[in-house]
Amino acid sequence: MKRLALLSLALVGSMASSALAQSNLRIGLAEDPDVLDPSLARTYVGRIVFSSICDKLFDIDEKLAIVPQLALSHETSADGKTVTIKLRPNVKFHDGEPFDAEAARYSLERHLTMKGSFRKPELGSVDKVEVVDPLTIRLHLKQPFSPLLAQLTDRAGMMVSPKAAQAAGDKFGLHPVCAGPYKFVERVQQDRIVVEKFADYWNKDQVFIDRITYLPIVDGTVRLANLRSGSLDLIERVLATDIKSVRDDPKLKLSKAVSLGYMGLTINLSNGPKANTPLAKDARVRQAFDLAIDRDAINQVVFNGEFVPGNQWVSPLNPYYQEKFPVPKRDIAKAKALLKEAGVTGPITLDFMVPNGPETRAVAEVVQSMVAEAGFDLKIRVTEFATSLKQSEQGDYQVFLIGWSGRSDPDGNSYSFQVCGQPQNTNGYCDKEVDAAHAEARSKSSMADRKKAYEKVAAKVLTEGAIKYIYHTQVLVAHTNRLEGYRQMPDGLVRVIGLKLK
Amino acid sequence: MLAFLTQRLLQIIPTLIIVSMLIFGLQQLLPGDPALIMAGEERDPKVLAEIREQYRLDQPIPVQYFYWVKGVLTGNLGESMRLKSSVSSLVAEKLPVTLQLAFMALLIAIGVGIPAGIVSAVKKETPWDYAANLFALWGLSTPNFWLGILMIFLFSVTLGWLPASGYVRLGEDWKASLATTVMPAFVLGNALAAVLMRHTRSAMLQAMGTDYVRTARAKGLHENRVVLKHALRNAMTPVITLLALDFGTLLSGAVLTEQIFSIPGFGKLIVDSVFNRDYAVVQGVVLVTSSIYISLNLLADIAYMLVNPRLRG
Repeated sequence: MKRLALLSLALVGSMASSALAQSNLRIGLAEDPDVLDPSLARTYVGRIVFSSICDKLFDIDEKLAIVPQLALSHETSADGKTVTIKLRPNVKFHDGEPFDAEAARYSLERHLTMKGSFRKPELGSVDKVEVVDPLTIRLHLKQPFSPLLAQLTDRAGMMVSPKAAQAAGDKFGLHPVCAGPYKFVERVQQDRIVVEKFADYWNKDQVFIDRITYLPIVDGTVRLANLRSGSLDLIERVLATDIKSVRDDPKLKLSKAVSLGYMGLTINLSNGPKANTPLAKDARVRQAFDLAIDRDAINQVVFNGEFVPGNQWVSPLNPYYQEKFPVPKRDIAKAKALLKEAGVTGPITLDFMVPNGPETRAVAEVVQSMVAEAGFDLKIRVTEFATSLKQSEQGDYQVFLIGWSGRSDPDGNSYSFQVCGQPQNTNGYCDKEVDAAHAEARSKSSMADRKKAYEKVAAKVLTEGAIKYIYHTQVLVAHTNRLEGYRQMPDGLVRVIGLKLK
Repeated sequence: MLAFLTQRLLQIIPTLIIVSMLIFGLQQLLPGDPALIMAGEERDPKVLAEIREQYRLDQPIPVQYFYWVKGVLTGNLGESMRLKSSVSSLVAEKLPVTLQLAFMALLIAIGVGIPAGIVSAVKKETPWDYAANLFALWGLSTPNFWLGILMIFLFSVTLGWLPASGYVRLGEDWKASLATTVMPAFVLGNALAAVLMRHTRSAMLQAMGTDYVRTARAKGLHENRVVLKHALRNAMTPVITLLALDFGTLLSGAVLTEQIFSIPGFGKLIVDSVFNRDYAVVQGVVLVTSSIYISLNLLADIAYMLVNPRLRG
């Protein structure tokens, strides 16, 4: 009997020690990610998972500077048309295949040629990828394109094992093989994605957690309840209304960073018959509309002052923010004067399309009551998200409350929305001077030069343009205080290097 | 009996054809473009065109329908646009989850609803009856999502007895599996128990007033035997129909409950697929659930015959 007790004690002891050895970080996601193929993926939540399994050529730091990851350095030629990238030596993919210039060329060409690849437009400026030596590649560009490096800090810069990718074809996303700190173990759709520490990772000394399980839990309240009950260690997209209860809980920590994206009001300027409104036709009316909005009040009322009011496609904290054009103060008298000058009499009735969601609805109602004082009658039309995308494409709206998740380079937040005929430009805004200034910003590589070019864009777009930018969200992540070393980056991704679970 | 079964089985074929057309046709009415919603923020016209071509979204609906039916007949339910995995594998992955949840919910509903119904009928207009009615009213009028969240706060956050959400497969760890499904099963079973109680009660009241029950009593049978053997057996026919239909409903997905407890079953799959306009998945799941639904109705018909000899013509 005594021996039995000893034996069971030993067994319990060994179980406890194996539990200690196997640390598992459980992350609650707000959505179920889409396919885990860097070429075919398109969701924000998918990028959170990629950040543990697929390393990229470059990464960004907290100040949005580009830092090397699988690359060691880069050099852009004087004419801006070639970019030479030195690669990190002794890097292996999860299947043991070496990462070298050939593999990098393969990955980039896969992004560029695969059917249905969403990376095609991102790498559209790349004409040819040349292998210079086993650890150097050179990208030949069709024309100078300064946002290219920023593209390589995201999915377009993710490297896949050529052997695994060739074998799997378009099913690669069901079992991705990359060169990140964790390798893919299994996925149960809508339930979990499990990854485990990759023993041959190039930076393995900085990886301390053995396993990560990603669990999609759509409801924000339930996600938080799971964190509080200890079923999860970290959750993303904490609701702004839950910030207080996270702060009040001694077992939890809140990490935040101003997001790269924005929320704005898109005005239909010339897309279809619905664009026939004084708001679309006269820039003064749009200015009046802008002046009627109290951005600070929206932030206070809906988000307890946690977000950042803004008026540009980048936040006031971004190095590309144009200080010359500060966030306008509300001025009803001036708004009314502008409307009078424009010859508008009586209220302007507008169809206001709002994607369904508690926060968006609240923002819409606050905006509605603010602009009503200046003489705008917004008819809120809450629309399911997929439908709202289609209707914005068709021009079936007059004002559309829609945000953008944001990119690290300002080009990603502006070009496609502001330049004539671009895919995201469903509002029909078109101005040759703006287009030229955007082209200039793309061709220059120094930040000062680019910022100057964007100043020209801002001067036009902020007064006459189709989008009234109103605020920038905070990336809100809550985690248990057992987790050490967590730092929130503005892109919202959960970076796992250096994390420790006590 | 055999003739009846053959007849019923033959009826299934046109039903399934109509169902398949309905599924296909109705979801085309959904506003929104699958390629556009799939692309999300990455809308490049060239890539969108490639996706439309790849999934035949650029072809007329009858052509799309033809290819789908052709696939179904060869056992291929298509591929999820969003996840790139086959619909059959998704169905195979989710069906056991939903079956388990539906079974547990049904057990809870039967275990609570039928006894409560019997008691309230037999003890009509006593405190027992009032209590059972109160329970039924509560069960029917409590929204699932609210009860679910309250239970999570009580049993997971405050007491820490049960995991707040998630799912563990039965084969993996049966204890953990029961722990993750007991709350959602209760939430689901709760509403169903109330419906069952009401139906059992009214069927029992009717049966208790019949001549054969009076005869049984007159024979001097013990009251328990009168209630359970004579009245209950006859009262069960409508309740069985109800059970079969409700089990079908449970299978087609306890949408809200699965969403709250993050149970990766049919309900969650179908909601995500509708929001993402992942047509192939919606079609596949609806086809499978409607087939199950039809089979359950058939089983209910057979069950009638077993409990009620008069139908065995």
